[in-house]
Amino acid sequence: MAEFLSMGGYGAYVWPSYGLTAVIMVVLLITSLRGLKTTESTFQRLKAETGPRTPRAPSSENTEEAANGDEA
Amino acid sequence: MAMKRKHKRLTFVLVAMALVGAATGLVLFALGDGVSLFKSPTDLVTAPPSESQSIRLGGLVEEESLRRETGSATVRFRVTDLENAVEVVYDGLLPDLFREGQGIVTTGKMVAGTFVAEEVLAKHDENYMPPEAVDALKKSGQWQPDDAEGGNHAEGFTK
Amino acid sequence: MHRFANPTRFLKIAGYVQPWMAAVTLALFATGLYMAFFTAPPDYQQGESVRIMYVHVPAAWMGMFCYAAMAIASAVALIWKHPLADVAAKATAPVGAAFTFLALATGSLWGKPMWGTWWVWDARLTSMLILLFLYIGYMALQGAFDDRARGAKASAVLALVGAVNLPIIKFSVDWWNTLHQPASVIKMDGPSIHPDMLWPLLIMAVGFKTYYMWVLLVRIRQEITANKVRILRLKQVHGG
Repeated sequence: MAEFLSMGGYGAYVWPSYGLTAVIMVVLLITSLRGLKTTESTFQRLKAETGPRTPRAPSSENTEEAANGDEA
Repeated sequence: MAMKRKHKRLTFVLVAMALVGAATGLVLFALGDGVSLFKSPTDLVTAPPSESQSIRLGGLVEEESLRRETGSATVRFRVTDLENAVEVVYDGLLPDLFREGQGIVTTGKMVAGTFVAEEVLAKHDENYMPPEAVDALKKSGQWQPDDAEGGNHAEGFTK
Repeated sequence: MHRFANPTRFLKIAGYVQPWMAAVTLALFATGLYMAFFTAPPDYQQGESVRIMYVHVPAAWMGMFCYAAMAIASAVALIWKHPLADVAAKATAPVGAAFTFLALATGSLWGKPMWGTWWVWDARLTSMLILLFLYIGYMALQGAFDDRARGAKASAVLALVGAVNLPIIKFSVDWWNTLHQPASVIKMDGPSIHPDMLWPLLIMAVGFKTYYMWVLLVRIRQEITANKVRILRLKQVHGG
């Protein structure tokens, strides 16, 4: 095990390489997932607030999709 | 109408990219060897630099040229591009990849025909192999150091 | 074209694809890492330090791949005004920047024991550093305008102009004397790397790619939802 960790004397270079890669990739993934979650909950909240007041609120993308559905 | 505008934007982007590409090409061409990291032994022989000028020299460590001075960390070896060779003297720690036949890049000054190195960096080749594979190649007589080591270095170091 | 890539439809498809992308990425990383540490042999010259290659090389490839993707998406956004292309370019930038930074950092950690230096201003390393600056410039430019559309346009132009750097990175080791060695995998006469080392490298490379797709899906979904939030906010202001 100690031999494995020492990496033939290069452990001080090999492990930081993998550690840094893991940290950066995990942090990027988590911040992305969190960003999506926050934005989605904001959207749901706003939709609930604006929904009843403006009956024609469904965004233009929805109507567009309906039109596309007809095409297909 | 919308189609036309789209075409206009497409042309604009393509022309702009062609211009940027051409401009970059010209700049790189003008910079030429200035972008290169090091000079070859032949460069130093044909156009000797002044003694005050710090330069980078690149080449192969000549086989059987490495000598260690007893009682000090000073090493002497010759750097070659297979046409010309330059005597190098260095007092310091050598990188792990340093060995005879290996490509190196060294910074220093030419003093009285000898290159006095302040820093020695090793260059790695593009071959990645387990040691057993090298042994097997050597056993079967297929190992060509020229091909696997020196050859590829020489490609980068000779002009 | 527009039919297959309209934002709402994309959101729906992305929701299905995302967990699969996550599973594939994790499986590839598990396999790739196992091979990198347990089946891949040490190098005849570099010993165990060669294992840095299995993160360094995929990171460098992806740094360039992401930039190419960002430049193409920017061109599509500029010429055809495709809404999804703009969002894709914007979502790619931080991922590409992270990969490029990792390539530089792990390269430095590899260069110190092997070459004898953390850094050298040779053409390959310098052009890679410029790539990182291009990413940072792209992201900074996006936030530099009050008008979002103008920021998107300016950064798209920067992405396109900067694409010139990609062939320079790739061929820098052939055009000039560099400390960095020439290409080992993508070269004319086939890879000069032993299959036992090539396989973990390729598996890790594919893993990095699916990781990018995974994060890209998440970030695009976030951007599209953020656009919807903006529209709703505007409506709220006008309606209320």
